[in-house]
Amino acid sequence: MASFLQRIFGSEKASKELAKDRLKLVLIHDRASLSPAMMDNLRRDLVEVISKYMDFEETSLDVQMAEQDNMTMLEVNIPVASVKRNGGN
Amino acid sequence: MGEVLVVTSGKGGVGKTTTAANIGTGLAAQGKKVVLMDTDIGLRNLDVVMGLENRIVYDIVDIAQGRCKLKQGMIKDKRFPDLYLIPAAQTKDKSAVTEEQVQAICNELKQEFDYIIVDCPAGIEQGFKNAIAGADKAIVVTNPEVSAVRDADRIIGLLEANGLGNPQLVLNRVRPNMVRQGDMMSVDDILEILAIKLLGVIPDDDNIVISTNRGEPTVLDQQSLSGKAYRNIVQRLLGNEVPLMNLDVEEGFFARLLKLFKGN
Repeated sequence: MASFLQRIFGSEKASKELAKDRLKLVLIHDRASLSPAMMDNLRRDLVEVISKYMDFEETSLDVQMAEQDNMTMLEVNIPVASVKRNGGN
Repeated sequence: MGEVLVVTSGKGGVGKTTTAANIGTGLAAQGKKVVLMDTDIGLRNLDVVMGLENRIVYDIVDIAQGRCKLKQGMIKDKRFPDLYLIPAAQTKDKSAVTEEQVQAICNELKQEFDYIIVDCPAGIEQGFKNAIAGADKAIVVTNPEVSAVRDADRIIGLLEANGLGNPQLVLNRVRPNMVRQGDMMSVDDILEILAIKLLGVIPDDDNIVISTNRGEPTVLDQQSLSGKAYRNIVQRLLGNEVPLMNLDVEEGFFARLLKLFKGN
């Protein structure tokens, strides 16, 4: 009864709205995640493409998915050893 | 050529087996030739829901490994002449059959039957992969709860990745009173979140418990709301347009009187 009254006077949000809000957030996260196998493939392809343009230590390539300001970011960090002069040709 | 429908959910306990049993029985009641296949190896349940547990001789592992012929491993239903069950094995584990074996069984069954309804185990591991291996279409069962919807979303993604795009949703255990009070997500809420086609809505119904106790699928119960809801799903699977039913239970005198006092 207390919660019924609270809801009538608008001080409490219906619990299904909470459920929806929480689900939406959780799903943004779930949907953006890559499986380890896909992550490995992405890494492999990145190495292949970037190698055309610069030299770097393959093991130093760092690939991560991150959440920032409600956006999913793909973060790739590569310490570059040297740039190839005729890269991409 | 028949059609293989896999009933899946991700989360356990949302009503996969009940849904598979009712859809299969309902299709058979409409004169279709149907096989129900339980792929939940180690946790077999479709046999008890169907009330056929005393008739089991062989199981899906026996069929897959060639210890019996496909026809020998199929248990005839007691109600319909063209309804059969292939039970899961109870004493083996999920690696006892392979995806190729399940696919081969499905392909053989499709030659003779109109529908093969595959009951999928909970989870996303090998048992899930086996269950979907031979499927043409998928039905996702969920409840209006955060955890079940989350898992359904995961399963929809996995189905898509395995060539089973556009699965259809069965929303099970809906409590209209709670939805009205804003304490349970509505059908529309869940469709908005999952972005998926709706096959049907099943109310939370005590009759499901009673019919499961008896081993009689509720779809055959002409009195129960859930039975009607499953019959509607069967009609939709057969290509007929059926509007969503009103899930509101007839209220007793006191409930109505109370409402009058509350003024709504």
